[in-house]
Amino acid sequence: MGPFGLWQPFADAVKVFTKETIIPAGASRSLFLMAPMLTFILACLAWAVIPVNDGWAVANINVGILYLFAISSLGVYGIVIAGWASNSKYAFLGAMRSAAQMVSYEVSIGFVLVSIMLCVGSLNLNDIVKAQSHVWFCFPMLPMFVVFLISMLAETNRAPFDLPEGESELVAGFFVEYSAMSFALFYLGEYTNMIMMSALASVLFLGGWQAPLGLTFIPGIVWLFAKICVVMFFFFWVRATFPRYRYDQLMRLGWKVFLPLSLLWLVLTAFFLEFTGLLPAGPA
Amino acid sequence: MITAIAFYVFSAILLGSAAMVVTSRNPVHSVLFLILAFFNAAALFLIAGAEFLAMILVIVYVGAVAVLFLFVVMMLDVDFVALREGFQRYAPVGATVGVVLFFELLSVLLGWQISDAAPGLRLSTMPTNISNTRAIGQVLYTNYILLFQLSGLILLVAMVGAIVLTHRDRHTARRQNITRQQERRVADTLQVLQIRNRAGVQELGIYRPKPMPQLIPAEAPARFDEAEVGHELGGDVQDHEAGEH
Repeated sequence: MGPFGLWQPFADAVKVFTKETIIPAGASRSLFLMAPMLTFILACLAWAVIPVNDGWAVANINVGILYLFAISSLGVYGIVIAGWASNSKYAFLGAMRSAAQMVSYEVSIGFVLVSIMLCVGSLNLNDIVKAQSHVWFCFPMLPMFVVFLISMLAETNRAPFDLPEGESELVAGFFVEYSAMSFALFYLGEYTNMIMMSALASVLFLGGWQAPLGLTFIPGIVWLFAKICVVMFFFFWVRATFPRYRYDQLMRLGWKVFLPLSLLWLVLTAFFLEFTGLLPAGPA
Repeated sequence: MITAIAFYVFSAILLGSAAMVVTSRNPVHSVLFLILAFFNAAALFLIAGAEFLAMILVIVYVGAVAVLFLFVVMMLDVDFVALREGFQRYAPVGATVGVVLFFELLSVLLGWQISDAAPGLRLSTMPTNISNTRAIGQVLYTNYILLFQLSGLILLVAMVGAIVLTHRDRHTARRQNITRQQERRVADTLQVLQIRNRAGVQELGIYRPKPMPQLIPAEAPARFDEAEVGHELGGDVQDHEAGEH
């Protein structure tokens, strides 16, 4: 539709709005309708603390990074509730797989966040960006950057970890019973989460709104947007390149590789900072 | 003013959802109300100025503990008829325990004395020069480091104990050994044979060759499929019968 098919997304939006929402017989009605809303609302809530320029955030709170971690750990509820409320064994099994996956990778993301906090000495996202004025954290913390990027894919259920919905082998996993706008809300939530995770990766590792090479005449908000786009490109690049992981390999990678690696790196970072005297004093 | 309204709203929802946790008929709904109660408790922490505790409450209880609760409750098939079966038989025992607990609580409450220093503590203002994240860190990791480490050790022992008690190693499970897979060479698995034309595989004795023990570890289900050998032969054997493969 339209030039280069640009009107297709709008046509799709109208389509999902006007379709009928089917609630399966025996489904838990209120929970069934609540789950997609919860997924989408949680994905949007997390944006409140992302700083787009020096101090420009909806809520520049002291514990911003903990808030983000808390919100992203709630994402699993939308999925579990959707799977259970559908009253279908396929949806339920899909929800179980998805929830186990998200819970597993959250642990290593948590340790990555802790090692970043250790370097900055603050839980405020704006302080984390400011701490990267000399060097972005993706260079000294390269192993953690890689762990974060891969865990990010698993956390948002994207390829090559898209087992919960795996469109070539399952029919949509946990949201198999959903239709119309409730179905669309899951996808909107998933894509919002992807952009959110890209923003988090840019804030934690790519210097957020900081301009590289002293190019400060371009405003910080443009830099952050550019960095988000680069990480989003990584998402699609990976999706087009790698085959899907098998479930046991996914669990092995999460628990036996990333968890020990991120723990080890955390201890190493703490030792390094302590012995070189670089440990930040942090806000009093 | 707004803080007071927020406090009463969150407290009311907290009490309401806590009541629903125990009265709700569906166990899954109970857990969901429990999560709502956790949230409102976190909001109360925020109002009290303890933003670190609020976030940790959400991360630990809502993000981890309640997810496990929900998992267990959803997978359990709770049969309410069976649960109510022994109600009358156990009612006297339950009532006795309840009464004993009630009197214990009552004796504690009646003997409750408020220290003279308590009102003074309540009136002291929060120190403004130190964030509460830092204050908690100082108390936990500096003042009470030994107790903190001890409780960590107890939790570790409990965790190891739980795994030892419940873990069963099922030998039927087939696991992937990535190192071994990558060490496999073509010579270990593939046999290239030069055979006569129109000779059956059974006649040649290669229909299902015995696995060579020095090449294949004993636990591996060694299989030289007919198909594998057949592919090698495919080029040579022009007119093989369809039934052979």
